[in-house]
Amino acid sequence: MDKEQINISYCKFVENRLPKTKFFPSLLWAFLVGGLICCIGQGINDGLSAIFPALNKDDIQAYTLIILIFLASFLTGIGVYDRIGAFAGAGSIVPITGFSNSIASPAIEFKNEGFIFGLCVKMFSVAGPVIVTGIASSILVGIIYLIVGII
Amino acid sequence: MIKKVGENTVKFTVPPKIISGYSIVGPKEGLSPFAKYFDYILRNDDFNEKTYERAERKMLEQAICGAIDKANLLSTDIDILLSGDLLNQIISATFSARQIQTSFIGLFGACSTMTESLAVGACLVDGGFANKVACATCSHFSTAERQFRFPLELGCQRPPTAQWTVTGAGCSIISREGKGHNISYATFGKVVDFGINDMNNMGAAMAPAAADTLKNLFNDTKTSPNDYDLIITGDLGKLGSELLVDLLESYGFNLKENYCDCGQMIFSNTQKSFMGGSGCGCSASMINSYILRKLDDGDYKKIILMSTGALLSTTSAQQGETIPGIAHAIIIEKGK
Repeated sequence: MDKEQINISYCKFVENRLPKTKFFPSLLWAFLVGGLICCIGQGINDGLSAIFPALNKDDIQAYTLIILIFLASFLTGIGVYDRIGAFAGAGSIVPITGFSNSIASPAIEFKNEGFIFGLCVKMFSVAGPVIVTGIASSILVGIIYLIVGII
Repeated sequence: MIKKVGENTVKFTVPPKIISGYSIVGPKEGLSPFAKYFDYILRNDDFNEKTYERAERKMLEQAICGAIDKANLLSTDIDILLSGDLLNQIISATFSARQIQTSFIGLFGACSTMTESLAVGACLVDGGFANKVACATCSHFSTAERQFRFPLELGCQRPPTAQWTVTGAGCSIISREGKGHNISYATFGKVVDFGINDMNNMGAAMAPAAADTLKNLFNDTKTSPNDYDLIITGDLGKLGSELLVDLLESYGFNLKENYCDCGQMIFSNTQKSFMGGSGCGCSASMINSYILRKLDDGDYKKIILMSTGALLSTTSAQQGETIPGIAHAIIIEKGK
C-alpha cells in the first residue's frame, strides 16, 4: 500500500471509531435554553410596554435588545454564560445573547495585551465573520431592491 | 563504543539515574484520583499572577526549584536545564530559565516534551557531557485554550473527541551518581502523519506515531510488551489509546492490562474532560508523581514511558494541513 492509501484507510478507520454526539439531549437542551432566552426577551418587551405606555413599539424593541445584550455580557463577565453554552449549544449561541457573548469573551481574554492591540483588535475575532457577512448580504439585498424598484 | 542499538534506540552503558521529581498541578487536576501523589496543588489557576502566562511560568519555576531542592542540590549544581512548553517560541521555558541561572537548551516536542527532555538529558549524562541535568516542562489550560482554540468565556460546545489541557508542570533531575531509577534505553521517535486534520482529535493524530515508536522500541531492544510491568503513554486520551492498541496489534504486538494512558487517568469520569487530559503537563505531572512513587515502592520494576505530541500550529491547522505526530519513549528500571 502506498502512503495515500494508508492515510485514507486510517482516516476511515478513525471515522468509524469516533464517539457520536447524542442528538436528542443536545436538541432538547438547545430548544429549552433558546426558548427560555426568547421568553425572557418577550417578558422584558411586555414589561417595558406596561411600565412606559408612552414609548412606541420600535423603541421598546431597541431597549429590549439592549437589556438582553447587557445581561449576556454581564453573565459572560462573571463566568456563567460559558457554562450555559456548554450544554445549551446553539440554544445560547443563536439568540442575540450569543452574539454579545462572542464579543465580550475575547475582550476579557485579550485585555492583558493592552487596550488597543489586545482588547480593541481581538474583540471581533469571533464575531467578525458574522458582522462581515451581515453587512455584505445587506448590501447585496439592497442592490436587488434597487434593481427591482427601477424595473 | 557504539551506543545505538537497532534503528532508533540508544542504550545507556552507565544508566543515568532520575534522582528526584517534582510535580505541580492546577485545582481541577487536584480533584483527580491521583491528587495525593502531586507535590503541590494550586488553589487558583492564576497562581496569584496577573496573567495566565505568568502563572504557567511560575509553575515551571517552582517545579524546577522543587526538584532541585528535593535532590538536596543547589541550582548551581545543575549543569544543563532542558525544558520546553506549548506556547509560541516556548516562552514559559525560556522565561523560567532566566530565573534559574544555568545552561539552557530549549526543546519543542509539543506534548512529548517530557520524555524528549528525559531522553536527551540521559544522552548528555551518559555521554559525560553533563553531571546533573534538569528536565522540565509545563502546560496551562487557559494559555493553551487561548492560543489554540477559543476565548475561555465563549459559550460554545466541545466535540466529544476533544481533550482537556492539563494545568501542570513537572521536573526530573537526572544524575550520573546518586540513588534513583535507571534510564536504560531511549527510543527517539519519527514524525508520523496519517492524514488526520481535525484539531479536536489529537488522539487519532498521535496514535500512529506512538505505535511506530513502540514498534521500533520492541524490535530494537528485542523485547515484547509482556517484559514490562507498565507501558504508559502521555496524552493519547481514550480514543487515541484504543487506536494505539489496534495499530500495534496490526504490527504484531499485543498491549494488555499493563498498558495505560496518563491523559485517560488524570481526570476522573465525573470531571467532564471528554477523551481525557492532554498537554505537556499531563505526562510531566504524572511521571514525576505517581509513577516515580510506584517505582520507589517497588510496584513496578521495568516500565516504558512514552509521551506523544501533535506537531501543529494554529496557522497550519487553519490552512488545512494535516497533523503530524511524534512520540519519544524511554525505558526506566527500578534502581537499587
